[in-house]
Amino acid sequence: MILETYPPDASSFLKQEKNQFANPVGNTILQEIEDIYEELLHGRDSEKLSDFLDRIIKIRAIQDFSPAQAVAFIFHLKNAVREELGGEIRNDQLFEELLEFEHRIDKLALIAFNTYMKCREKVYEIRVAEVKNRVFSLLKRADMIGEISEQELDIREENIDSVV
Amino acid sequence: MSEDLSNVPKPDELMRIDHKPPRKGWMDVPVDFKPGTYSYTAKAKNLKILGMPNPREWSPTDEDWKLPENWEEIVREGFKDRLDKYRSFQLFMDICVRCGACADKCHFFIGSGDPKNMPVLRAELMRSVYRKEFTTSGKIFGKLAGARELTVDVIKEWFYYFYQCTECRRCSVFCPYGIDTAEITMMGRELLHLLGCGINWAMEPVANCFRTGNHLGIQPHGFKDTLEFFADDIEDLTGIKINVPLNKKGAEILFVVPSGDYFGDPGTYTCMGYMMLFHELGLNYTWSTYASEGGNFGLFTSHEMIKRLNAKIYAEAKRLGVKWILGGECGHMWRVMHQYMDTMNGPADFLEVPTSPITGTRFENAKSTKMVHITEFTSDLMKHNKLRLDPGRNDNLIVTYHDSCNPARAMGLIEEPRYVIRNVCNHFHEMPENTIKEQTFCCGGGAGLGNDENMEMRLRGGFPRGNAVRYVQEKYGVNRLACVCAIDRATLVPVCDYWAPGVAVTGVHEMVANALLMKGEKERTTNLRGEPLPGKEEVEDE
Repeated sequence: MILETYPPDASSFLKQEKNQFANPVGNTILQEIEDIYEELLHGRDSEKLSDFLDRIIKIRAIQDFSPAQAVAFIFHLKNAVREELGGEIRNDQLFEELLEFEHRIDKLALIAFNTYMKCREKVYEIRVAEVKNRVFSLLKRADMIGEISEQELDIREENIDSVV
Repeated sequence: MSEDLSNVPKPDELMRIDHKPPRKGWMDVPVDFKPGTYSYTAKAKNLKILGMPNPREWSPTDEDWKLPENWEEIVREGFKDRLDKYRSFQLFMDICVRCGACADKCHFFIGSGDPKNMPVLRAELMRSVYRKEFTTSGKIFGKLAGARELTVDVIKEWFYYFYQCTECRRCSVFCPYGIDTAEITMMGRELLHLLGCGINWAMEPVANCFRTGNHLGIQPHGFKDTLEFFADDIEDLTGIKINVPLNKKGAEILFVVPSGDYFGDPGTYTCMGYMMLFHELGLNYTWSTYASEGGNFGLFTSHEMIKRLNAKIYAEAKRLGVKWILGGECGHMWRVMHQYMDTMNGPADFLEVPTSPITGTRFENAKSTKMVHITEFTSDLMKHNKLRLDPGRNDNLIVTYHDSCNPARAMGLIEEPRYVIRNVCNHFHEMPENTIKEQTFCCGGGAGLGNDENMEMRLRGGFPRGNAVRYVQEKYGVNRLACVCAIDRATLVPVCDYWAPGVAVTGVHEMVANALLMKGEKERTTNLRGEPLPGKEEVEDE
């Protein structure tokens, strides 16, 4: 389902190519979504979940998606469970369990929101760092910055010591 | 979900349609210029100084691109002119059989999932117009024959996607017909330039190079200051005073590097590396303030521009009366040197076949161009045991090697850099086979796309590389990514920062200089970056 959020010509490639280096997007998503599902089923801690989510969201945060589209795949899990286990849930009256499970998915969505923001902030941070480095080199070249050198600090300390 | 069921949609299946992009033919999907995915346009002043058409201020997001009035005619004639002039272009327009071998090989397609980044479709953006304008079937059957009208939207699409190709030529490795998508992109960009549609990150370096001799517009005195500044740093580190031979007539070798090496970190450490190596060898060489740029953004502009910018290298070699030329660690520079320089500005019959003054090796491979790659030169020195090295000084580095696209694919430089690295590092691990050597993945920022406004696209394109780096980082603890390209040294920094945080980028000769035992040096406690050498950590802390 997640892979179908990509254009049809691309999603078939993302599904079929199994080499993790030839198809990092498809393979990361498939691998990590499995891990996420496992963690969810066992109701484990959010830290591990956040690591798994990070790998998927890192990719979708810089692809051609709106913020909502980038993290909407979390809710596909609800569809998947209802679709696959709908009959059983009705027959065995497992509505409370379903609610509990969906509650975990909701929590996951909040973690996803954090992760998405972290990725976007990282992109901007990288952009700023790149521009800053360039400007800094230019200023240094133009002799407009006189940095305090280690050597200078040593001399200063020596002077202070000799005074004291 | 299976295709059959989609004929009888269930309610929940209908709900899912929201998440899927609409099924539309590629010709019907217009381009959407979103921030982060395109480069700013070429400033009018840069086009003016180069005498290029239609200089103006504009943005891809503008509805009106202020194209010349007769733009259709210009494109049509430019197209025809190039079909007549370049047989390869005519061939590439005709022979593709759509086998799909290239489709999933482009780093931009792999990272973005945008079908128009499949090389076959990127070429089809032009072929469709070619069919309509120049083939009988296309003229008669139109869309049925894969032909389409030339419209402003098509021009916008060309601009978007031909500036989303780094001309890395990975796809060409897989094409059974040898179609070179980079050349198609080059043609696309040439046609766009006829309308004044270029990007500034390519055209400003071109304009600067044309005027001051290098991409950054650093003037001769600035160049001199910079190299002397490096010499001071080297003296602090090693206690050795290094000479900087500049514009020295009668030197044996002219040394040319990309300006990135003396402008930005971490390239500067590589530059210091060259200087230390040459000093230790007592090499009779010279830098030039005129040929102060090995890189050539003309390659990303037009054939004429490659020639114009490249011409200064042979001219300077002649003026200074050197015997041969040595070139630094640069990527696309080597595609120009290896594949174009000789035919465009040669023959350089005033030069001699390069022969190493240290080992006597004749570089027969460079018999015609008279220009040798620095890793060919250094690996030859190592093969003949001419250098005293202590690879232990690089023991804090766990290294992997990124084959820069152009040296690997355009000149077959595969083993020499590895040989050099193995001689100066004890910890070296290769990335997976389908991501290195001829199959290497691009950094995502070549061909003029390495600007900060295009960052998201760069990170998409850089993902396949970043993914392989992360793999060796997790498996072997790799913390240094080596490469032989100035663009890589700039663009792989963000790629690693995003996809494999903790891995830094280095040039090969930076590591050579760290390991190099120099005559009369004082005891070194740090490497060129000021990081403590292994075993010297306490000395630094004191």
